[in-house]
Amino acid sequence: MATPLAPDTPLSAPLDVGFDYTRSLGPVLGRFMTALRERRIEGVRGSDGRVHVPPVEFDPVTSEALSEPVGVADEGTVVSWSWMPDPIAGQPLQHPFGWALVRLDGADTALLHAVDAGSPDRMRTGMRVRARWVDEPVGSIRDIACFEPAGPGAEPRGPAAPPPAGTEPVTMLTTPVHLAYRHSASVQESRYLRALAEGRFIGQRCPACGKVYVPPRGACPADGVPTEEEVELPDRGIVTTFCIVNVPFLGQRITPPYVAAYVLLDGADIAFLHLVLGCAADEVRMGMRVEAAWKPRERWTTSLENVDHFRPTGEPDAPFESYREHL
Amino acid sequence: MNRTDIAVVGFAQAPQVAETTGTTNGVEMLVPIITEVLETTGLPRREVGFWCSGSSDYLAGRAFSFVSAVDAIGAVPPIVESHVEADAAWAFYEAWVKIRTGQARTAAVYGFGKSSAGDLRRVLALQLDPYTVAPLWPDAVSVAALQARAGLDAGLWSEKDMAEVAARSRADAIANPYAQLGDQVDAATLLDQPYVAEPLRAHDCPPVTDGAAVVVLAAASAAEDLCEHPAWITGLEHRIDSPVLGARELHRSPSTAAAAAAACGDIGTDGVQVAELHAPFSSQELLLRREVGLPDSARVNPSGGPLCGNPMFAAGLTRIGEAASRVMDGSADRVLAHATNGPALQQNLVCVMEGRD
Repeated sequence: MATPLAPDTPLSAPLDVGFDYTRSLGPVLGRFMTALRERRIEGVRGSDGRVHVPPVEFDPVTSEALSEPVGVADEGTVVSWSWMPDPIAGQPLQHPFGWALVRLDGADTALLHAVDAGSPDRMRTGMRVRARWVDEPVGSIRDIACFEPAGPGAEPRGPAAPPPAGTEPVTMLTTPVHLAYRHSASVQESRYLRALAEGRFIGQRCPACGKVYVPPRGACPADGVPTEEEVELPDRGIVTTFCIVNVPFLGQRITPPYVAAYVLLDGADIAFLHLVLGCAADEVRMGMRVEAAWKPRERWTTSLENVDHFRPTGEPDAPFESYREHL
Repeated sequence: MNRTDIAVVGFAQAPQVAETTGTTNGVEMLVPIITEVLETTGLPRREVGFWCSGSSDYLAGRAFSFVSAVDAIGAVPPIVESHVEADAAWAFYEAWVKIRTGQARTAAVYGFGKSSAGDLRRVLALQLDPYTVAPLWPDAVSVAALQARAGLDAGLWSEKDMAEVAARSRADAIANPYAQLGDQVDAATLLDQPYVAEPLRAHDCPPVTDGAAVVVLAAASAAEDLCEHPAWITGLEHRIDSPVLGARELHRSPSTAAAAAAACGDIGTDGVQVAELHAPFSSQELLLRREVGLPDSARVNPSGGPLCGNPMFAAGLTRIGEAASRVMDGSADRVLAHATNGPALQQNLVCVMEGRD
């Protein structure tokens, strides 16, 4: 935000999304994860006798449900590899490492994981690698911290850590996912948001159907044609429809009951959702005249949040016929 | 089933660029190209029988971004519309089925992606198995590198072969005004560059591209009114391989071979003059040529291909549009387009098109 933007540069802002996905594992993957927690690797036997690691729930050829677990070694052979010189967020190692498909001894398919080889010169197809386990396994593919070179010349492993306590099978997996985006407003939305920062509402009229959209959209959703004519709108209008929020929920900023309403500004054809405060919730009605209650000017930004809420003006209600097309 | 003949009759694409200032719902890229393709074909907007799009909310970082894209096509009075969370080549397939079954005479198919909005290498990790693979965040370039290595180890191609694919693509892209990259560079110079994910160098990987494309299809009863030389679809098939990377022979693509065999029919790839292959990585072009069984005489990716512009979720549809354009402009009689979805060419579609005198 340090660089002043040209007036027509679209606004953009960071958009960071995150969610902890929780997934039930089912019998096959649950068993695999339970074994990982005990620093063991277990595959599943396919219809043709081949051993799949990681396990698959259904045979890829016959589609038969698979259930016979097969223990395999935590050591194996690299069948393909690449080198990651500049690891990105979330990957197993944060210093340069190899990605490898590892066929563990006793398995017929290969597992994808990282190899802490130090340098690409130490990676090759056919190399022997072994799992490096984390100190506190929980039942996740990340209980294998990574693989490391094994075979002649490799340092011997220390004594195996005792399996952790806990005998309940692993049934759930939690995977946090965080992604960072740059969200852009359209040119038209940007003009609308900048007008809000000056305490004004602007919309746009469709050249085909004549409807006025606020916020402006750049293309008429009915006609698919670009919208260009800008229309200044007042900060007052009517409630078209509304609901009384009685249910508390996480992140709620107002104590229920309160009113969330569609507000149709005078001269606009699209209503937007906002709060109606300033009267008892049960006094709000369709057709009620309302006006914007702006936050103090020094708190205005390029946001509709500059309007704290809408409040009744006390004018006579609009007749139903005047807004029936806008419901 | 109504075994009606169907043709591609129009194609338009947005410039393939590193970053647009537009929104992730693609409206800014789509409005001009949809207007263009409807004007070129003379198909009135209200007479499009079916609309179908391909895109992904994972690129946009928000839910239902494709619904906002419908603003670009005008949905009132109500239209018949559908969407696939896949490359728009699969939306093209859905539209083809819609016409074949007699439910529409014409269809407009579009794909769009603002790949620059997020970190594409990380975003694409989320198409991997969510239990045993995605928690490691394997990025798309590294996964492609594992595939390139498998082919090198199998002796199917060399790093020099890969560099030659890149050099040829970039030279061809000079003539494509929509391509993001395009220059004259020789393979030896490219091979002097460092690895980005050994065995891949920057030239082996596609640029991150924002873009969009639209294709119009029509049944025989409408096609000749909309286009002088329609590109008649003589085969359209798609197949899929296992999602388990370590269970596949990554230097092979059985699903491509099967889709190509089914789409090409008894005469195979004989007479295919132009092939547009959705190979975002240079090694994948070498792999796909073998699996499709292209004749040596076939011109591959004269547009420059995805190595010179890779708009996610539109690049496969762009291959169909580019190949069809060679028939529509009279420069080829038989063309083949390929599209892919998923990690390391997991799912593959082949479309064969021909001109008629």
